Amino acid sequence: MSVVVLFLATVAAVIVWWLAGQRVTSRPWLEVGHAHDRRSGAPMPPAKVGLGVFLAVVGALFSLAISAYFMRMTSSDWGALPLPGFLWVNTGILTAGSIALHWTKVEAERRHDEAARTGLLAALAAGLAFLAGQLFAWRILSGAGYLLADNPANSFFYMLTGMHGLHILGGLLALGRVTARAWNTPFDRRLRLSIELCAVYWHFMLIVWLVLFALFAGWASDVIDFCRQLLT
Amino acid sequence: MVDVRSGIGEALPPPEVEDVELYHPHSWWTRYVFSQDAKIIAIQYATTAIAIGMVALVLSWLMRLQLGFPGTFQLIDAEAYYQFITMHGMIMVIYLLTALFLGGFGNYLIPLMVGARDMVFPYANMLSYWIYLLAVLVLVASFFAPGGPTGAGWTLYPPQAVLSGTPGGKDWGIILMLSSLIIFIIGFTMGGLNYVVTVLQGRTRGMTLMRMPLTVWGIFTATVMALLAFPALFVACVMMLFDRLLGTSFFMPAIVEMGEQLQHGGGSPILFQHLFWFFGHPEVYIVALPAFGIVSDLISTHARKNIFGYRMMVWAIVIIGGLSFIVWAHHMYVSGMNPYFGFFFATTTLIIAVPTAIKVYNWVLTLWRGNIHLTLPMLFALAFIVTFVNGGLTGLFLGNVVVDVPLSDTMFVVAHFHMVMGVAPIMVIFGAIYHWYPKITGRMLNEVLGQIHFWVTFIGAYAIFFPMHYVGLVGVPRRYYELGEMAFVADSVHSLNAFISVMALIVGAAQIVFLFNLVWSLRHGREAGGNPWRATTLEWQTPETPPPHGNWGKELPVVYRWAYDYSVPGAPEDFIPQNQPSPGRVSHEAAS
Repeated sequence: MSVVVLFLATVAAVIVWWLAGQRVTSRPWLEVGHAHDRRSGAPMPPAKVGLGVFLAVVGALFSLAISAYFMRMTSSDWGALPLPGFLWVNTGILTAGSIALHWTKVEAERRHDEAARTGLLAALAAGLAFLAGQLFAWRILSGAGYLLADNPANSFFYMLTGMHGLHILGGLLALGRVTARAWNTPFDRRLRLSIELCAVYWHFMLIVWLVLFALFAGWASDVIDFCRQLLT
Repeated sequence: MVDVRSGIGEALPPPEVEDVELYHPHSWWTRYVFSQDAKIIAIQYATTAIAIGMVALVLSWLMRLQLGFPGTFQLIDAEAYYQFITMHGMIMVIYLLTALFLGGFGNYLIPLMVGARDMVFPYANMLSYWIYLLAVLVLVASFFAPGGPTGAGWTLYPPQAVLSGTPGGKDWGIILMLSSLIIFIIGFTMGGLNYVVTVLQGRTRGMTLMRMPLTVWGIFTATVMALLAFPALFVACVMMLFDRLLGTSFFMPAIVEMGEQLQHGGGSPILFQHLFWFFGHPEVYIVALPAFGIVSDLISTHARKNIFGYRMMVWAIVIIGGLSFIVWAHHMYVSGMNPYFGFFFATTTLIIAVPTAIKVYNWVLTLWRGNIHLTLPMLFALAFIVTFVNGGLTGLFLGNVVVDVPLSDTMFVVAHFHMVMGVAPIMVIFGAIYHWYPKITGRMLNEVLGQIHFWVTFIGAYAIFFPMHYVGLVGVPRRYYELGEMAFVADSVHSLNAFISVMALIVGAAQIVFLFNLVWSLRHGREAGGNPWRATTLEWQTPETPPPHGNWGKELPVVYRWAYDYSVPGAPEDFIPQNQPSPGRVSHEAAS
């Protein structure tokens, strides 16, 4: 459970940092009159805050699953499964999608609408290719005889990649809607915000994937062993 | 970086939050059924939660009939008894309390209390309710599935939850239960995002965080906790579904069932317990924190006095929320653990008592020399304080490893958690309904029926749960279908059990009076007017009662003061609404 406690400690640090800017030590009973906020010019759009909170929830979900992975790993029946090299290709595709969306966001802010539309299509294609690639990786593994129920390592592999894939699928639905809007309507502030949010979501899912990848490859447990040695 | 200036005559600063474009319903269906208005969604949530809660109430009757008069009722066999226990616990904790506090009161009160027109994502809010309803329907479906609902206990511990010895283990029961929880969590996340972001971004001008009523603080903090804790239950449910349906071994150890070696092996039941209680303990406070917040507002309003130590109350809510994430293993003392872990979790558990005690002292000090009106909301609020202290004190016993281990499997624990997270929050729910019903419907609830309801419920709850502590202390185990010929069970226990069962029937029946009152007062209640309790918070200052779609008419309210300006010296009335700039003849600064 140390992974999830660490994750929550990070969330708690963000909350404390935010609360520190909210004058929680003020004496509201003495302060009658206008109160106004002087933090910044424009307040953050609610959708952006909403996405931030949602990503915290998704982060909690994955860190809990990873905690379970580490706890289950210690039992004697654990047999790590060989990672198909194809996953490297998938990682590349997902990274490309993330870069494409970042580029789209920058182009949209520069009012280069045509370039942004192309970028959206590229990201959409990358997302679909990633999902297809993941399914292909599943096929390689099951073809090689590594089935879901044979070994806990296999079970975790299929479950975690499945959960991640479902999140990518959800992101693709949102991205598809944004792309359709971008082709049918002129760019406005709302659309640019949507593109930015898609980009943030994609970067986050990329990070989650990299962590999962490190986990399956065994690097994550190497890192943890190293930290343990430092501590003891 | 919030700047408060007291110059009342100054020009109004420009709005920081743009007025939102509201969704406009076009037909009866989109107005009342597939509504995106938080107030309608709140009523839908509350109605569904109370309806499913009544099912759980009847289940508790059936359990008590068996415990009080063992063997008298043929339809209650051992399997049915375990199914009743499981569904009673699960429904009460998740589908009633969580849904009613966050989905019901959260939806109704957050936008009104922070001065917003609606939640920030109304469409997701609507989806949240319909997904919750789907979860409830899946849950109800398990009663009619072959094999009946699961009887695994509300904690659903594997491996027994998915084995044939447990009702529903090899049938549909456990599958429907896990699916229902997964659906519930998806729906809740949609709603929870709304509650959090509305508090963060939807507040009206002048409503700084430290001017929010404690109700909003309580619901807000509980929602943040729920968003971070429910994923643990989600992961646990998904993994157990894999074990049950796809033959994996996340939680299932090598096990022989009916002389047959199962294909599972190596899984860790303790892993499930960690995941479950990582959700399960914050869940206690997810239910308690909204209750803390609401009760603070009820006490302050009905004692006509500002809440004592507002800042401390806010800090205590946040600290309790944080601490509750690092105490989960105190539910697992009997599962065995490293003594150092036990020591750690016992310490953190006892530390939570500090901010909680601060809150109790502050409630009592708010009452001290207040102008106490013994209205129905106040009666229920007082009942909450007493009950919560009672349940909290036994919690101090059980938080210690050495005391918990012998008591853990007895009725003492049942009495403890019913006092602290059953009766206490339910008291607040009743108080809150009596308090806000006039705003929701425009009419007061009937006072006489309310008094009957209160006294029967309050005295009855104590008649049920006080003797249960004793029953537990003499060693009667919980979760047992019948006591049989246990030599150590005193005769007094049997007569007490019968007494408890009769009281449970009476208290349950008293809730029918309450439901009747809710319906009857809709038409025949006394007209309430906009602000019958003469309260300061924004929801009582709406131009119309009940508030229409959009809440505030043309102009959003502007907030000039905190939520607790009661009995301000020199003010013409004993309350000053939050949106009133001038206190009257003497300014507040001069008085203080």
